[in-house]
Amino acid sequence: MRALLAVLALLLALGRGAPAAAGAIEPREFPTPEQDALYHELIGELRCLVCQNQNLAESEADLAKDLRDEIAEMVRAGKSREEVIDFLVARYGDFVRYRPPLRRDTWLLWLGPFVLLAAGLAALAVVLRRRQRAAVPAAPDPEALARARAFLGGEAARDGDRAR
Amino acid sequence: MRPGAPLRYGLPLLVFAGLAALLWQGLGRDPKLVPSPLVGRPAPAFALPTVRDPARTVSERDLRGRAALLNVWASWCTACRQEHPFLLRLAREEGVAIYGLNYKDRREDALRWLDRLGDPYVWSAQDRSGRVGIDWGVYGVPETFVLDAQGIIRYKHVGPLDEKVWRERIAPLLAQLGGAAKEAAR
Repeated sequence: MRALLAVLALLLALGRGAPAAAGAIEPREFPTPEQDALYHELIGELRCLVCQNQNLAESEADLAKDLRDEIAEMVRAGKSREEVIDFLVARYGDFVRYRPPLRRDTWLLWLGPFVLLAAGLAALAVVLRRRQRAAVPAAPDPEALARARAFLGGEAARDGDRAR
Repeated sequence: MRPGAPLRYGLPLLVFAGLAALLWQGLGRDPKLVPSPLVGRPAPAFALPTVRDPARTVSERDLRGRAALLNVWASWCTACRQEHPFLLRLAREEGVAIYGLNYKDRREDALRWLDRLGDPYVWSAQDRSGRVGIDWGVYGVPETFVLDAQGIIRYKHVGPLDEKVWRERIAPLLAQLGGAAKEAAR
């Protein structure tokens, strides 16, 4: 049980992800705190195309800086989260999104892990139930029982004789 | 074999085989190749000076008329240098119209490159800031777009062009679009 809790805690910690590397990017100022938050949310969620396993906030690639400039400008111009994401998707495709939209061609990506988990749990339930059933002994055949009693009775009598 | 055996051993084996096949296929793919959403769409608009004559402005409308290539290049890009002789050959021997998009480069450097190594381009538009590159979805120079006569993007190749890509993908496409006279006649 404790081991299970430890595993769950680890999974939770991993799921939270590492905080975006601070200091890699140039400081920027926005007229409102909302715009500042939106900017940081966007660059944390959009993927750099040059160093593909970094987001725009972490990447020091030249293109990532240009895209940060572009996003900052759009945010300052009052563009919404969706507008900025659409702008980038129109140019670079869904690849730039770390959270791809749920569509017919992405449902396996989104639901696959849950399908696998459900299949695993179902298999586990089947195995456990089968094992439980096997552990309960079937009621013995009365005829065999009587024969066993007779054997045991005879045995006990003989043992008694020997002890005497 | 006991009655439950086919399911008991067969099912996990089948699941494993399916997963292995899926992952094996994924191993053969190049993660650096990101499919462009621009294929099938009109060339993104731009208005830029040319490298040779900063007073002259070219735009996406100048790409229309016949099927052509738009090659994104820069003097700082080593893979472009590797690709360059091949572009020269395409322009001179195959009669392909190649336009250039000089990406995030200094004009002096770009001019020196063209004068020293040869100029395969009809013209090269100078995208000093890289802003037009963003509109074209450029993420790794060199990149080459195939455009039809109406200026619709038909194909995009990321990385240096070579004989293999040319023969397998671009030449047949250009011939079909009517861009390379020699290829079409063959």
